Amino acid sequence: MTEKHRTISSILIANRGEIACRVIRTAKSMGIRTIAVYSEADAAAPHVQMADDVRLIGPAPVSESYLRIDRILEAAKETGADAIHPGYGFLSENADFARACAEAGVIFIGPPPDAIEVMGDKAKAKRRMIKAGVPCVPGYEGEDQADDTLLREAKTVGFPIMVKAAAGGGGRGMRLVEREADLAAAIATARSEAENAFGSGNLILERAIVRPRHIEIQVFADAHGHVVHLGERDCSVQRRHQKVLEEAPSPAVDPDLREKMGAAAAKAARDIDYEGAGTVEFLLGDDGAFYFLEMNTRLQVEHPVTEMITGLDLVEMQIRVARGEPLPVHQQTIALNGHAIEARLYAEDVSAVFLPAAGPIELWRAPAGARVDTGITSGGEASAHYDPMLAKIIAHGATREDARRQLIAALEKTALFGVATNRTFLINALRKQDFISGDATTAFISENFTDDELAAPALSEVEAAMAAVILHRLAQNAFVQKATGRVNQLLGWSSATPIATPYRFAVGEDSIAVAVTAESADACRVSLNGHELSVEIKEFHAPQAILQIDGARHRVFFHQPADEPERLFFSLGARDFDVVNLNAVMASAAASAGAGAVTAPMHGSLTEIFVKVGETVSKGQRVAVLEAMKMQHDLVAGVDGAVAAIHADIGAQIAAGAALIEIEETGA
Amino acid sequence: MTVFQSQISTQSDAYKKNYADMSALVEKLRMLNARAPAKSAARKERFEKRGQLLPRDRLARLLDPGMPYFEIGNLAGYLLDTQDEEKSIPGSTIMSGIGYVNGARCAIVTDDSGIKAGAMTVAGGYRLKRAQEIALAQKLPFIHLVESAGGDLMNYTVDGFLEGGSLFANLARLSKAGLPVIAILHGSSTAGGAYMPGLSDYVVAVKGRGKAFLAGPPLLKAATGEIATEEELGGAEMHASISGLAEYLAEDDGEAVLLAREIVSRLHWNDRCGPAPSKSFSEPVYDPDEILGVVPVDYRKPYDMREVIARTVDGSDFSDFKPGYGVSTVCVQAEVFGQPCGIIGNNGPIDPDGATKAAQFMQLCDQADTPLVFLQNTTGYLVGKQYEQAGMIKHGSKMIQAVTNVSVPRITFMIGASYGAGNYGMCGRGYDPDFCVTWPNASTGVMGGEQAAQVMSIVAEGQAAAKGVEVNREQLAMQEKMLAHLFNSQSSAFYTSGRCLDDGMIDPRDTRKTLGFLLATVNEARRREVKPNSFGIARM
Repeated sequence: MTEKHRTISSILIANRGEIACRVIRTAKSMGIRTIAVYSEADAAAPHVQMADDVRLIGPAPVSESYLRIDRILEAAKETGADAIHPGYGFLSENADFARACAEAGVIFIGPPPDAIEVMGDKAKAKRRMIKAGVPCVPGYEGEDQADDTLLREAKTVGFPIMVKAAAGGGGRGMRLVEREADLAAAIATARSEAENAFGSGNLILERAIVRPRHIEIQVFADAHGHVVHLGERDCSVQRRHQKVLEEAPSPAVDPDLREKMGAAAAKAARDIDYEGAGTVEFLLGDDGAFYFLEMNTRLQVEHPVTEMITGLDLVEMQIRVARGEPLPVHQQTIALNGHAIEARLYAEDVSAVFLPAAGPIELWRAPAGARVDTGITSGGEASAHYDPMLAKIIAHGATREDARRQLIAALEKTALFGVATNRTFLINALRKQDFISGDATTAFISENFTDDELAAPALSEVEAAMAAVILHRLAQNAFVQKATGRVNQLLGWSSATPIATPYRFAVGEDSIAVAVTAESADACRVSLNGHELSVEIKEFHAPQAILQIDGARHRVFFHQPADEPERLFFSLGARDFDVVNLNAVMASAAASAGAGAVTAPMHGSLTEIFVKVGETVSKGQRVAVLEAMKMQHDLVAGVDGAVAAIHADIGAQIAAGAALIEIEETGA
Repeated sequence: MTVFQSQISTQSDAYKKNYADMSALVEKLRMLNARAPAKSAARKERFEKRGQLLPRDRLARLLDPGMPYFEIGNLAGYLLDTQDEEKSIPGSTIMSGIGYVNGARCAIVTDDSGIKAGAMTVAGGYRLKRAQEIALAQKLPFIHLVESAGGDLMNYTVDGFLEGGSLFANLARLSKAGLPVIAILHGSSTAGGAYMPGLSDYVVAVKGRGKAFLAGPPLLKAATGEIATEEELGGAEMHASISGLAEYLAEDDGEAVLLAREIVSRLHWNDRCGPAPSKSFSEPVYDPDEILGVVPVDYRKPYDMREVIARTVDGSDFSDFKPGYGVSTVCVQAEVFGQPCGIIGNNGPIDPDGATKAAQFMQLCDQADTPLVFLQNTTGYLVGKQYEQAGMIKHGSKMIQAVTNVSVPRITFMIGASYGAGNYGMCGRGYDPDFCVTWPNASTGVMGGEQAAQVMSIVAEGQAAAKGVEVNREQLAMQEKMLAHLFNSQSSAFYTSGRCLDDGMIDPRDTRKTLGFLLATVNEARRREVKPNSFGIARM
């Protein structure tokens, strides 16, 4: 793209979710017309609402919509788009797409196809960087992909070792192998995942740097040969090799190291004639040595932390560079101001090894006092077809500690109900001493969290009381509406003996009984476990309530799904709950959901079934495999017994919670 | 706006004494109200072991959370089960009330099987019957949570047996009137009790617990020699699948209650009842709590009934009808929660002017279709030459004629004295008010005990004088004492309420809420359309 000063007056965003919204926002502020593309599943999504023009590009699966180059270019042609912004993920690092754009006469807002191609293949990239003199992790990135070769090379590289998809990213097709004995199996699964996710089973091997920090440098290059770096981001807190907390600057990087890493990153960009925004990722060992990991030839998810401390709009800079304008900044004029931390709010089940979750977004309430980049809305859905990231919440403070506190406060004021999220985990992580002191490494979660801490929180007495009082009040409000007489002044009144409405909630395997005796419309006594609490409802405006319990005030967010009067989502500070009043559930309905049912943990497709009806299985035995979110999940028998029924066929699309296999428990 | 100017000082000694005296009576009421729940709850473990809910928990789960509940006959049976004031259980073996189920106002009867296994008693029968009558009069769905050991054979009376038949007849009347009858069989419903589900429109039976048979295994064996199990004779599953007596089979008490709520919800009951006219109103200027200090417990001490009204009606705002005429009879027009009512109260005995004023006022309210409220505090119609000659009888009769024949709803509060024909003219129990509610200080009788005693002494003296003999002063004194006791011991509100002579006793501070609730109940009935049929719904 050597053509200079091209006009961009309209941009098609070939993406969805928060990044599509993010790009639209900046484009609009620059007076640029925006065009959104969407799949059938996203017809009501915010990015579609925000755009000036929209085009449907296919059904929900990404392979039939957001990855369809032909349909996207057709949409661009139809709408007269001058340029296409690919966002991140999807086609953002697809050189063919970049080329196809050029052929169609549409500006691809991103680097030249060759640069994408070099960096898109990890093995190629590494060979290139070694040649350019950028420090790299020892490993194998050869073209000979025979298992024997990989096994042999692994011995040379040494253990522990990372097995990665050469075309990969986002943790898919990636395995950490501690011992040689496990290597063969890891290569097989990584290859299979890589094939599924990227269409190529090529793998690379890398020495695993123990307890490294994940540091990445934001670089920017224009078509006039200028390259700058915008400092680093620290993305060490990760789960499943995906980032959850990112910050800038890194607590582990001083100006001297920043200069060195920045120079290495700029060198990498220059070496491949880069243009636009890119990120060079490094592993930083505890000895201060750093190794090139990969270069992301796109805008990163975590770019906002860099924006917050540099005051720059990276999307605006991308558009300017794509127009052929020179970079608006010079290395010397870039000043880092304060500290920013970003938390990624994911739809996921933290207690089940952070498995992605899918489901309805019953309620979404963004906090005030922080930057929130999101593409979801209440009434929407976290779809199994797409990335489970729901929102990014970014705090900026004068110091790292200011930013950390602000982010915790913002997360506590964030409410997302309907699908399980990692909100609690994020707050807890931000409160860990290792994070406070800036010592978090990629081993942060395993070193700082026990399984109990990652488990879904159990209701405390006060929380059980809150749940009961809120359910009581919601029911009261509903029945006041239904009644025809005058009752507002009579709420909570009984002429002789008080009426104690009983509630019961599950607490682990057990349950807690709570009785609510109304004293007025806004006050009640709550008895549980043999004692009484006095509760005053100080404020009750969905989704927020302020409850005073025995003199202590609590601010609660809550939501009740339509037509589920027995169910309540609520959150108190860091803790999220999804409770059901068991007293309002018919015993016959509760009995039908037994322990012998193997259910889908999330939406996905059934790829394998290992058992037949009548076959004997033992507890813990693998009975089927569900592929969801490009990952393979083993489904295991919950009880010893015989397979009584199989409700789905291989290849079937399965909804979360659906019973797939029924096992009749032995002796039951 | 004619806001009443109160003459009461809450700092005065009289106010403080009244408040303390009335508080003691309210405390007694509270203590008596708490007895039956405590006694029943003592059986909790036994119920839980059987997988059952306590009857009060069944009721609590049936009712809409936070919605108002009016208990019918809360003190019924007090001192009827035993003369021991410490041991008597007011309310007996049945709980009756008006409450909300899925937004529908319903009459609900709950057998308290935690007390005497729910066996039928005089007071229990009364509470059941009153709930049925109220359901019929106020067009309410009728829900009965059944678990009763049946008739109390150890205390059998033939009168109880014969009169008990009306309890079943009432169910047939309700069904005919277009008022759904719903029964939940939580436990046994034996013999006559078996017609309780039989005469209901909807029956929910709890698996393993709900039972209904004309003769249980013991009576069957005694009567015919046949040996059969309870399940075969009347188990819930048998009735749901073989006899067809039960429409819905529930796993447990909790599910049965949820099913009953669903049945009510499917009636869409409020679809055929227009909304109450929406009127704004304000709370009373004077705190209803002050009622305790406004009213002397001793009915012989006069006070201005307007002070009570000012602490009951919206904005303490009312129009005084003929304030300068028949001054001891107070007639006012006011609103409670925006619902209009004509209130008649007593500032003393009723004189001829008061009687005609009240009669006219009642006719005016009838003309305007405004419900009438009676605040009884009268020692009766005035007696004496002057009043007899002024036509007290005919004027009092006009008042009694009016109170009997008005077609608007009538709600009576017994809040002080209720003596002689004053009780009648002020819509006492015999006049079938829609509701009759008592304060704990109320006192009722044909006349005061002392007067009755003196009357009999004077009569005795007259007879002795006619015969020319000396009266036995000692005997007369004893007779006076005895008569005073006979009258006074039956006059207390706790006694009359225990004898099932009202629809319940309330804390006087709840007068506004009670009146508001009852007015809403009668008004809703007047707005409601029902679809009566000829014979009630036959069980097929």
